[in-house]
Amino acid sequence: MSEKVDARGLSCPQPAILTKSALETTDLGEVTVLVDTMTQVQNCARTAENAGWQAEYEEKEGAFEVRLTK
Amino acid sequence: MNVRKDFFATLAGIIIVGLLIGALAATLQKNGNPANMGVCVACFTRDIAGALGLHRAGIVQYLRPEVPAFCLGAFLAALVFREFRPRTGSAPAVRFILGMFAMIGALVFLGCPWRALLRLAGGDWNAILGLVGLIVGITIGVQFLKGGFNLGRSYPARSLAGLAMPFVMFVLLVLAALYPQFGEAGKAALFRSTKGPGAASAPVVLSILVGLVVGFLAQRTRFCTVGGIRDAILMRDFHLLSGVIAFLIAAFALNLIYGQFNAGFTLGTNEAGEVIKQPAAHTNAWLNFGGMVLAGLSFTLAGGCPGRQVFLSGEGDGDAAVFVLGMLTGAAVAHNFLMVATQPTAPYIVVIGLIVVAVIGLLGREKLSLGR
Repeated sequence: MSEKVDARGLSCPQPAILTKSALETTDLGEVTVLVDTMTQVQNCARTAENAGWQAEYEEKEGAFEVRLTK
Repeated sequence: MNVRKDFFATLAGIIIVGLLIGALAATLQKNGNPANMGVCVACFTRDIAGALGLHRAGIVQYLRPEVPAFCLGAFLAALVFREFRPRTGSAPAVRFILGMFAMIGALVFLGCPWRALLRLAGGDWNAILGLVGLIVGITIGVQFLKGGFNLGRSYPARSLAGLAMPFVMFVLLVLAALYPQFGEAGKAALFRSTKGPGAASAPVVLSILVGLVVGFLAQRTRFCTVGGIRDAILMRDFHLLSGVIAFLIAAFALNLIYGQFNAGFTLGTNEAGEVIKQPAAHTNAWLNFGGMVLAGLSFTLAGGCPGRQVFLSGEGDGDAAVFVLGMLTGAAVAHNFLMVATQPTAPYIVVIGLIVVAVIGLLGREKLSLGR
């Protein structure tokens, strides 16, 4: 199970804000953020890493799935 | 995949690129661009508006090649790294209005955030008030963001939507490269200042090259002055701000080397006892401060500084393109209706702008759900 965040189409800093809020509120050890630019992949990853999480991503159907784990 | 394998996404990447952009800006000044204005996205967009005849302020008309080169450099980087993604639909008309007021605020101060830093790096202490205003404006914007402000989602669009702005910029760049011929023929297709800042320029080829390099590297690193301050306040994330500080330090160091550092609110008095102003600057503290509060707030609500908007427009972001067109229009309005620097309408438009942008900030509050 993982917490899902859809941040596709959102401009700075919304994907990072949503990521941060998901990391702070989730009870699960994994959060998946969907974004559609590499910039937002990097922003989500940085936000997560600053909060002590790990990030990796893969491209899926024209979007990116960023998988964040504790 | 690991996000960190891309050098440009690292802290070292943004710092090196920030240093380089600052050094290139000071170098453009050394080679003829106006003082403390090596690269200023607001001033240069304003000069382009003048070159196209959208305003008739004779001393600030020149089709600056740097701005179209920024966009095309970013466009190239996006193509090479497969990041060109045509997208649009996130409140374009609101972004147009934000672009207008961001530009008007910047022109009251006389410079975008990039130039505020370059003015500081050149010893113009009036820039301190501008930068304080910028930080205040961004802080207000952050409060709106915390309250749920957003402009809604954009959606993938056809290539046409993403190519429109790079195409317009390409046409402008060709015109900029050809301009001397137009001018000498006596049938100018473009306006060109014969005195004032608009008459000061680095060689066209140098401007184009620097513009392309900066656009390319800024697209890779996501260099953003407003984003740097915003992320520091909002997220305690100092990544982008590191690049901004590197930009300031490099410009300052090169200004010292080039002999372009002249400290003070003014440059003293001349033989006739008249005060010599800092280049393209005024000493009205409230307008320096207030103009940049307006600009900082507008840029924050739109998601990035003017440079960043130009780079985004190069990678297919049709909404950023509309913001840039708003800036172009705002520049024309500002000069046509005497809103620039200490001109009579400036104090009024700053207040009106703050009200309009605050209303946008309030109406745009909507809690985004985590899902779509």
